[in-house]
Amino acid sequence: MSIKIENLTHIYNPKSPFESKALDNVNLHIEAGEFIGLIGHTGSGKSTLTQHLNGLLKPTSGKIFINDMDITDKTVKMSEIRKKVGLVFQYPEHQLFEETVFKDISYGPTNLGLSEEEVLARVKESMKLVKLSFDDLKDRSPFELSGGQRRRVAIAGVLAMNPEVLILDEPTAGLDPKGRDDILEQIKHLHNQMGNTVILVSHSMEDIAKLVDRIIVMDKGSVALSGTAAEVFKHVEKLESIGLGIPQISYLMKRLKEVDPDFKDEIFTVEEAKEEIIKWIRRRKNA
Amino acid sequence: MGQMITTNNLMYHYKNNEKEVLALKDVSLHVKEGEFVVIIGHNGSGKSTFAKHLNALLMPSSGDVIVKGLNTKDENKVWEVRQIAGMVFQNPDNQIVATIVEEDVAFGPENLGIPSEEIVRRVEEALKSVDMLDFRHKAPHLLSGGQKQRIAIAGVIAMRPDCLILDEPTAMLDPSGRREVINTIKRLNKEENITVIHITHFMEEAVDADRVIVMEDGEVILEGTPGEVFSQVDKLKSLGLDVPQVTDLANLLIKEGIDIPSDILTVDEMVMKLCQLK
Repeated sequence: MSIKIENLTHIYNPKSPFESKALDNVNLHIEAGEFIGLIGHTGSGKSTLTQHLNGLLKPTSGKIFINDMDITDKTVKMSEIRKKVGLVFQYPEHQLFEETVFKDISYGPTNLGLSEEEVLARVKESMKLVKLSFDDLKDRSPFELSGGQRRRVAIAGVLAMNPEVLILDEPTAGLDPKGRDDILEQIKHLHNQMGNTVILVSHSMEDIAKLVDRIIVMDKGSVALSGTAAEVFKHVEKLESIGLGIPQISYLMKRLKEVDPDFKDEIFTVEEAKEEIIKWIRRRKNA
Repeated sequence: MGQMITTNNLMYHYKNNEKEVLALKDVSLHVKEGEFVVIIGHNGSGKSTFAKHLNALLMPSSGDVIVKGLNTKDENKVWEVRQIAGMVFQNPDNQIVATIVEEDVAFGPENLGIPSEEIVRRVEEALKSVDMLDFRHKAPHLLSGGQKQRIAIAGVIAMRPDCLILDEPTAMLDPSGRREVINTIKRLNKEENITVIHITHFMEEAVDADRVIVMEDGEVILEGTPGEVFSQVDKLKSLGLDVPQVTDLANLLIKEGIDIPSDILTVDEMVMKLCQLK
């Protein structure tokens, strides 16, 4: 499912003393099946942008097309958009409310008017996708689970809607490193399996560098940079000027390139860095 | 340097659904005055439970916690203990009680029954020490996460503590908020000689500590300088913890037979050591 954003501007509290422009003429095209990393400083407009994509916010001006449907058109039903675009908020576990895990995850699909068997199938499938045991957990209260499990229940609730576009707003915030890696791995796995379009909002360049096809960097309500990790990480100074950076390993490779220009510096993972350094050591020995 | 905090064979257990849970198993630790100690460990390892013992929010099931010579079990000394060891929590929104920044910072000292001129002086000092004096008349809910967290720290500083205990104060912040808070904590430690016990999941916050303590399953399983601890890459990874990327790299290079120290923590060190290779 492709997304096209044209001249999107959003102004909060217009014509009041609190007026602020959160999005300023954003133009973006996201292909069906792309895995996008959306990164930016707090207040850069990331969340405002994602909330437009499933109709929670209406543009002050501009248009948004999901496939070829203009979702800013007044005649479009919100329920149609939300079936297609699933949004996982920050700290989604705060929105759990039901008595049991099953009831919580089935809330969305039940409201779509699906049959009981279909709802059951979807709950099972989405719990499997986030690696939660259906049999062990379905009757438990979500509130007695661990933080990481609660978050996965909340994500399963969105997955149960079978969205073609999945947006996750900082899904790993506040988790410990293992919880973070588990969730990211599951999102990647899900993307590989379903081929859905994924937009991952994150503060972590390390995480994003490992996962996504394309990085979109937001700054002051506009798209500042867009491209592969290699393309975006070239702009170190620009990234730093907007309060971001590149992974530590990429800084290291840049420094090494200053020492020896033969170093490849488009490197974003520790494994790649190891290979490159070993090659360099061998070259030096043979020289 | 004197002792700030000592725990002797600290055990803590509680009941969950009739099941006995042992959250701390025999933790004996010493923290010196002026030390900067970072505690890491995954969720459920006992870090927070341990921290809550240090200012008498929890009482040991057995063993003792001594804060600057005071045993936390001594009921008459609880308030004194809490004045010496102040605590900052993860969620900035849960720690702010007033609608104006300076009133929020004054809340603690007011409850100590301190005269109002003295409170004014302390609030000003505390806000200055976290670099938030310009915001004294602002409403806390309009501040960023990092700013709110610094207000929470100021609220503790206004109590004139000797020791700050911070339980994942940066977990909910963005990178720049995290930097603000970390720089504030480091400065309080260096310039005002406040002892710091900082719990975090972010390894980059641990590399400048005097000492790093790793907890797992209610026990201290590793302890030492950041170099000593992080060089044990495989062990930390098996516990589901992060190490700095360059330390990870050093470990991989050593496995390839390359002669490089295992305790490299920064980009500069790595560049230097690689250039020195024969």
